[in-house]
Amino acid sequence: MVKVHLWSGLRRFTDGVELVQVQADTVGQMLDGLVAAHPGLGPVIAAGVSVSIDGVLTASRFGAVSEANEIYLIQRIKGG
Amino acid sequence: MAKDERTTEFRLIGTRPNRPDGLDKVTGRARYGADMTLPGMLFAAVVRSPHAHARILKIDASAALALDGVKAVVTRADFPTGLTGEDWNLQENSMAGDVALYDGHAVAAVAATSRLLAEDAAKLIKVDYEVLPHVIDVDDAIRPDAPVVRTGAADHSVPAGSPPNVVKCVDFGHGDIEAGFAAADLVREHTYKTEATHQGYIEPHACVAQLGADGKGEMWVCTQGQWYIRRMCAAVLGIDASGLRVTPSEIGGGFGGKTIIFMEPLALALSRKAGGRPVKLVMSRSDVLRATGPTASASMDVKLGMTKDGKLTAAKVNFRMQGGAFLGASPVGEALSCALACYDIPAVQHDGVEVLANRPKAAAYRAPGSPMAAFAVESLLDEMCHELGLDPLDVRLKNAVHEGVKASYGPTYAKIGLVEVLEATKAHPNLLAKLGPNQGRGIASGFWFNHGGETSVSLAIGEDGTVTVSAGTPDIGGSRASLALMVAETLGIEYEAVRVNIVETGALGVNEPSHGSRATFATGKAAVEAARQAIGEMCRRAAKEWGIEEEAVVWKDGAAMPAGPNAGQFPPMTIAEIGAKMGGNGGPISGHHETNAEGVGASFGAHVVDVEVDPETGRTTILRYLVVQDAGRAIHPAYVEGQYQGGAVQGIGWALNEEYVYGANGRLQNAVFLDYRIPVASDLPMIDTVIVEVPNPGHPYGVRGVGETGITPPLPAIANAVAMATGARIRSLPLSPPKVLAAIKAKGRG
Repeated sequence: MVKVHLWSGLRRFTDGVELVQVQADTVGQMLDGLVAAHPGLGPVIAAGVSVSIDGVLTASRFGAVSEANEIYLIQRIKGG
Repeated sequence: MAKDERTTEFRLIGTRPNRPDGLDKVTGRARYGADMTLPGMLFAAVVRSPHAHARILKIDASAALALDGVKAVVTRADFPTGLTGEDWNLQENSMAGDVALYDGHAVAAVAATSRLLAEDAAKLIKVDYEVLPHVIDVDDAIRPDAPVVRTGAADHSVPAGSPPNVVKCVDFGHGDIEAGFAAADLVREHTYKTEATHQGYIEPHACVAQLGADGKGEMWVCTQGQWYIRRMCAAVLGIDASGLRVTPSEIGGGFGGKTIIFMEPLALALSRKAGGRPVKLVMSRSDVLRATGPTASASMDVKLGMTKDGKLTAAKVNFRMQGGAFLGASPVGEALSCALACYDIPAVQHDGVEVLANRPKAAAYRAPGSPMAAFAVESLLDEMCHELGLDPLDVRLKNAVHEGVKASYGPTYAKIGLVEVLEATKAHPNLLAKLGPNQGRGIASGFWFNHGGETSVSLAIGEDGTVTVSAGTPDIGGSRASLALMVAETLGIEYEAVRVNIVETGALGVNEPSHGSRATFATGKAAVEAARQAIGEMCRRAAKEWGIEEEAVVWKDGAAMPAGPNAGQFPPMTIAEIGAKMGGNGGPISGHHETNAEGVGASFGAHVVDVEVDPETGRTTILRYLVVQDAGRAIHPAYVEGQYQGGAVQGIGWALNEEYVYGANGRLQNAVFLDYRIPVASDLPMIDTVIVEVPNPGHPYGVRGVGETGITPPLPAIANAVAMATGARIRSLPLSPPKVLAAIKAKGRG
């Protein structure tokens, strides 16, 4: 199981939980697992989020994740 | 060519060769958006709403269409229906539907055989409006009784019962916020405001567009991202993205404002309605300021807790931002994420809302959201340092984030360089300059995430061994030079042997725009990989020629060389020799790489400014200005310095002069550069720069983006300097002479 930190505004979709555990080996599985467990997160993730793994933003759904990683969903950032 | 002393491990990286676009630009040969002319081309003009908020009752174009030479008029009725989400926002912003949502909102467009005729025809298009109540100011817009800009625009994050113009809520944080404030010796809280400012690019939006009834077309356009423009136009017009071929022109500034569409769909729609004739549409400066994206205006509460020796114990920020009449346009999430990112604070809480107002749809502007957030947080931090008798730079160093620290926005930082930046700042001679009467010194830190993104690059070896790189990120800050340097370094050839072309949408896979300070990072990373792929193929060709295993060939100094047991058995085969033979031993040699680039490294900076304030007029003069920033690795230091200076100058304009001034009727009052005052060279001293290099491990040469962080610290640094010079703390921007003078007088009365 990987542990995913959500920003607090998403707690309304996760019964108040900010650190969510899902079964996943990749970023894609993790995102899909979050939506499966908490469907309210679907529109948020579909609209675009950034995923930070051990402090580095990752974009690939195929990137590996494990329970040893620090994983955060954060606001999608692009820039100007 | 002078080799930079900081990067001695490289042959080319860190040098300052001539700019590949320099000759074209200084001789006027460079072709910008308005420079394209095609046979049979028509010219377009746009009819814009003179009202901040008005229902469109009727559009009568009969008089315009009766003019000889007028070929087409389009209104919203010429666009497909049923769009949702951001596609609908883009369509609605390009051309108003039932309601004009801001002064300058397009309501119709006309194409004619000359520009003057098109402008005359536009004046003949009669639009009947029912004027509606409007709201401009962000704090006014959030009031429960404010005029409602649009109903049903809020997203999932907005709780029921919120004010009607609130469309998005964001909150995040960590730590025990109350315990953090309880541990502080000093707690202070203030409210700050910043006005909307425009990116101020010198080149207005311009395009030449052609679209046939078959949905196939082409566009020449001034843009930061040809694929984004293609996708957005296709969605707005209901055509296939691949049906549209978009070629980016040279670009006269973008700063985030040219990452989206404004008038491009209008030119395409006019072309389609005019039987496929090409249509040129060039915005005036007034159109640019009224109808293209500025940044958001902001109202911000900040509360900080600090011990008497300068350690931050807790921070709470609450931001309200308006980005026009469309959800998602304000950078409130980014602003919150950047607000406290420079500091290691045990307890932080961020809350924010996005609010609709009757103003143009905000676009990205260099580190979107971060400058406003920095103004609020760094101003209060400075104020508290002075109240406690602490050195503001030492306090920033004491609290500075570094590798392994949990960021205010959540994750743990990887390798970053704020401590190195602040130490370099502390060592700079500008800090030793004596200050005179009415002079003050201000310091501030700044941060931007930087971005990777979708990237595709191709590289081809020429028959003479020179190299062509095809990149998809328009060159807005020197990326052609930095790409050529990285490719030449990787291939072991001269910089002049590499030509970088910015190509059209048919030539590569999808590239994100040149935004997020990503071009040198992401396109550079892909270009290096493409070069490595070509090296692999060139080694294989050499191995075949020599009749040895390809694993026994290495690439060094621009040539394939036999290695291991074959070392010295054959003379090196240069890239030119391989290029000359490639037609006969396997065909063209190229490299290609595509990625959604990862490994991006954040960039931190610190600015120190000395100002003098005229106590009689309130005018602020910049005496000295220092930018210190972590580049990771400066590929072409002159361009890096240029980015630092450009960011600082735009921030100086934001701090001192720039603002959107609206009349009581909601119309923009200062829609020309004479009245919307951006800094010019004579306003400024030379901006001093120091490039700090803490290499980013996520890039083969250590690059971090450098384009955006530099606009973040000037707002608070200047406010802090003015406060020191005058003794008056001003918590709203711009620090225009009347406002500063009023603050000085108020202080005198106090």
